Amino acid sequence: MFFLIGRFIVDFLEEAGAVGLLILRVFRRLPKLPRNLRSLFKQMERIGVGSIPLVLVTSLFVGAVTAVQAAYQFHGYVPLQYLGAVVGKTVTLELGPVLTALVVGGRVSAAMAAELGTMKVTEQLDAMEMIAVDPVEYLVLPRIVAAVIMLPVLTVFSDFLAILGGMAVAKFSIGISYNIFADGLKLLFRYQDVVGGLMKTFFFGFIISLMGCYYGFATKEGAEGVGLSTMKAVVSSCLLILVSNYLLATIIFRIIFAV
Amino acid sequence: MTDNSKNTESRPVIRIVNISKTFEGQRVLTGLDLDVLRGETVVVIGRSGCGKSVLLRNIAGLMKPDSGEIYFENEDITKFNTRKLFKMRMHFGMLFQGSALFDSMTVGENVALALVKHTGLDIDRINRIVTEKLDLVGLADVTEKYPSELSGGMKKRVALARAVVMDPEVVLYDEPTTGLDPVMSGVINRLIVNLQKELEITSIIVTHDIKSAYIVGDRIAMLHDGKIVYEGTPRQVENSDNPLVKGFVEGNLQIGT
Repeated sequence: MFFLIGRFIVDFLEEAGAVGLLILRVFRRLPKLPRNLRSLFKQMERIGVGSIPLVLVTSLFVGAVTAVQAAYQFHGYVPLQYLGAVVGKTVTLELGPVLTALVVGGRVSAAMAAELGTMKVTEQLDAMEMIAVDPVEYLVLPRIVAAVIMLPVLTVFSDFLAILGGMAVAKFSIGISYNIFADGLKLLFRYQDVVGGLMKTFFFGFIISLMGCYYGFATKEGAEGVGLSTMKAVVSSCLLILVSNYLLATIIFRIIFAV
Repeated sequence: MTDNSKNTESRPVIRIVNISKTFEGQRVLTGLDLDVLRGETVVVIGRSGCGKSVLLRNIAGLMKPDSGEIYFENEDITKFNTRKLFKMRMHFGMLFQGSALFDSMTVGENVALALVKHTGLDIDRINRIVTEKLDLVGLADVTEKYPSELSGGMKKRVALARAVVMDPEVVLYDEPTTGLDPVMSGVINRLIVNLQKELEITSIIVTHDIKSAYIVGDRIAMLHDGKIVYEGTPRQVENSDNPLVKGFVEGNLQIGT
């Protein structure tokens, strides 16, 4: 039993160390980014444009359900003209950034881990090293930078759509006009909410691509190995997003934007 | 002074001194020595799983031995950092067992990548070199295809073109004929011999295909129990009395001996 716990701790530390090393290697290669612009744009297209349909559907329905639940809880206590305020706040502060990160994270980190993992088990990464092309510079760096750039962009898109979804539900199902909803939205709006929410997404983008690349590179032996590392990449990026979200919210809203 | 320069000529390009490598408690290489002279083709034979590929990966710097030294032109590559290793690999080409073509790129892009990254030549010049190298392996007409559209033998040939595109001094072959039909094996063998003649490269080939070893090798070394147990010309190997060599060639080597 103690052996198992010890083993678990050692494994965890080893993994954390390896991830740290990868982060260090990526940062050291940042100056070489201009030489890899083509793959950067390709990755930005894949992560950003490719995720639009997913983010679109997720956001519309998240906004819609927020309006429904808020109206249900307001019933009899809070005037419904505040509906817009609540939808706007929850969406920009938490739901937009976190849910975008979770769905995009699932999609992107799985794709990265599977792609790099397959390259690893078919010796393509070794072949790349043999022609003196650095896989971290050529494969990892563009992916991480692309995710860090695209996650905030996708979140802006998601915030906008979620509020739109909430507005539509307010109008057609709850019976609050667009104007009243918009007034409520404006009433308690603070730009720090949006900025703070977006600040978190830079980190989420980093986590998603880092986990995808790390587990892709750490893949061992065959199709089963690729499946395993894909799963690990998705699970760990989702967990890290949720845990870091708490920490980031504390730092941003209790320290930086403290009132 | 002139004497000295003559001396380096006859010195081995690659000298492997007493290297050992252990994997998860299993000793794969146990104090292996091997010298490879400039321009010669050394074939390392041995049973599957005896550590041939591990030896090759150590020479390529993809793996570091637990102990021992590997010299490339008198520099110990086991002490190289990443940057020096990458610089060294400009002089190396490697043919992987599964070809290891980049499947997100076309055949042309696969062969061109090293040139694009390292030479700074213009596109026309690069295209010309790519066509020339693909011509060398008889595949100049598949430049636009993706690896998934090629047969196993074609992939091997493209990988060979990619391995020699930078005109390397040393080419490492990992089981070049494994998994190919006899006709395609013959094609690959002839290509290796031709490349050898035309580009004057030093080659290290690991294989368990003894027929291929006879055709392409200047010298054959047998790897057994983590050590080189026999070295000789193909003729010497054929007529050897060494029980290990004889057993391997005739296919009745006792397992566990």
